[in-house]
Amino acid sequence: MNKNAYLEGSAIPSSLTEAQWQSAVVATLASLNDKPGALLPILHEIQGQLGYVPPESIELIAKALNQSSAEIYGVISFYHQFRTTPVGAHQVEICRAESCQSMGGRALEAHAKASLGVDYHQTTSDGEVTLEPVYCLGNCACSPSIRIDDQTYARVTPEQFDALMEGLKIRSLEVQNG
Amino acid sequence: MVKCFVPQDMTAKAMGADQAAGFIQNAANQSGAQVELVRNGSRGLFWLEPLVEVETEAGRIGFGPVTFDKLDTTLIDALLSADQSHPLCEGLVEEIPYLKNQQRFSFVRAGLDDPLSLAFYQSTGGYVGLRNALAMSGQAIVDQVKESGLRGRGGAAFPTGIKWQTVHDVAADEGETKYIVCNADEGDSGTFADRLAMEADPYQLIEGMTIAAMAVGAEQGYIYLRSEYPEAHRILNAAISIAEQANLLGDNILDSGRRFNLEVRLGAKAYICGEETALLESLEGKRGMVRAKPPLPAIKGLFGQPTIVNNVLTLAAVPFILREGAAAYAEVGFGRSRGTLAFQLAGNIKRGGLVELGFGPSLKSLLDDFGGGTYTGRPMRAVQVGGPLGAYLPESQWDTPLDYESFAAKQAVLGHGGVVVFDDHVDMSEQARFSMEFCVAESCGKCTPCRIGSTRGVEVIDRIRANENRAANLELLEELCETMVDGSLCAMGGMTPFPVMSAVRHFPEDFAAEGSK
Repeated sequence: MNKNAYLEGSAIPSSLTEAQWQSAVVATLASLNDKPGALLPILHEIQGQLGYVPPESIELIAKALNQSSAEIYGVISFYHQFRTTPVGAHQVEICRAESCQSMGGRALEAHAKASLGVDYHQTTSDGEVTLEPVYCLGNCACSPSIRIDDQTYARVTPEQFDALMEGLKIRSLEVQNG
Repeated sequence: MVKCFVPQDMTAKAMGADQAAGFIQNAANQSGAQVELVRNGSRGLFWLEPLVEVETEAGRIGFGPVTFDKLDTTLIDALLSADQSHPLCEGLVEEIPYLKNQQRFSFVRAGLDDPLSLAFYQSTGGYVGLRNALAMSGQAIVDQVKESGLRGRGGAAFPTGIKWQTVHDVAADEGETKYIVCNADEGDSGTFADRLAMEADPYQLIEGMTIAAMAVGAEQGYIYLRSEYPEAHRILNAAISIAEQANLLGDNILDSGRRFNLEVRLGAKAYICGEETALLESLEGKRGMVRAKPPLPAIKGLFGQPTIVNNVLTLAAVPFILREGAAAYAEVGFGRSRGTLAFQLAGNIKRGGLVELGFGPSLKSLLDDFGGGTYTGRPMRAVQVGGPLGAYLPESQWDTPLDYESFAAKQAVLGHGGVVVFDDHVDMSEQARFSMEFCVAESCGKCTPCRIGSTRGVEVIDRIRANENRAANLELLEELCETMVDGSLCAMGGMTPFPVMSAVRHFPEDFAAEGSK
């Protein structure tokens, strides 16, 4: 399915059907590609809707912006935010910057990796959590900080981290059981 | 009716402000008490967040930190009756020494009201500066900014008026457009002043950018905001939309016939995009790679056009200058550092938060008088000032006055005033290694000293830490750092050696052989 040679070997196969990603990408391109410097807003919008930028959409984006696929891929791969593979249901980011280090951030990182059983940029085997590093959440007066999806948490201890992860699991079960 | 303020600032929320607001609302609903809940910005006293305030005839009484574990009916009763005998009561908020002893120019409104209340903003002097500016020539506005002595608050401290003059003077050729770009990519550890300014007082930034546009004849502005700040994103977009409806942005600002439009653009997690030329590339939809200067962005900036690129707090300082006059701003400060700087106390500190002061007091007074020592209660050992590219200062340098020149004289940088404190548990060779590692992760890769130097830097420090040819490797590290300082295109590679070499110089015991520590 991956037409782009440089993306072959992606660990996680695309989980979207062609119809799903195509309608989102086409609508996004129609609404945004006239903006000056449109590529970042386009990538944000696609990833916001689909959870990632499907590799198959790169050619479409390139065509709309009159650029090469390599240029588009170059931008996606440059920024830490954009990704071309699906991720877990929740994104958990741990701040690695100095302020958090001074308040036990390194121990928190080690604990998170061990308790989730993943390294940075990996997803837990149940597909729930993708762990990412972040260099500063701007919450430095109350370090150490983590962010779960769009919510930031301050003064996080390893115990609180576990409780927050447990909370995510319970929420997912509730959603599944409807 | 009791008027109650619960901040919606990101740090306040991270400490549980939403839970506090919900708890108070529920309690009020159940008891039938009449409560007006205002979601204000934060005052920046983050050590007290969530800081809940109750309006009384005597002034606003504060309770903090109202964290989830302390929310009970006794606290709610005390809150709603402004009962000052409760242990969490801080008394009159304006009288809390941490706040009272500041000189607030840019943060004078922070935390006072709903940040989106345009009526509040205008009732406290908002948009007087723009009205004044609209009656002046572009050159007269630029002259005011020059006379104020305002220097860029992003870290490099370049005189703002000179930058504006350059953009002002570029002849607007046919079809040439000028831009105002706000650098809101506050990526440095230990800094949150831009975030607080945007979340607590967004119109001040919008007004500052509009004045800049009137000064140089720009019609389009962009706020390049880091995506790590979702609250600021929401608040800025809402504020822009309200300002447009009120004719304070758009095609006919305050019926002057002048036009200025503003858009927020999100970054995508790349530290280097805080460097102004990388930021411009990113705004253009490219990889955020640094451009060689010259040409200056003031002459060839966004889309190759003349562009003002200023930090959030630089632009946010402008409405005051145009309202109160350049002299009122310039009279505060120290030496060539005029006005105030928003110091940010972070890391291992008891009372972390924002402290806006005129330049000049010593770092030590900031750490002791405001910070109150370390959070862990252990001795302070190292203080990193100016972000991840700033030097680590040992105790012997804590008497340095907080102004740009005094810090430069100690091979340190004051930068944007971010202060990160470490206690005696810190291993400075580990911190030095991290500085290089951070440069590896965040270098744009355009120039060799930064791209390859940082990777080699990690390896050399690893060898020193492993006690391999220590003396020779320390010498090599020094040479490598010199090459990075002299040969890098921008501050990322050019300043990464500052924290590294300051750690080696001031904390040599952490680089000594195992067992000899």
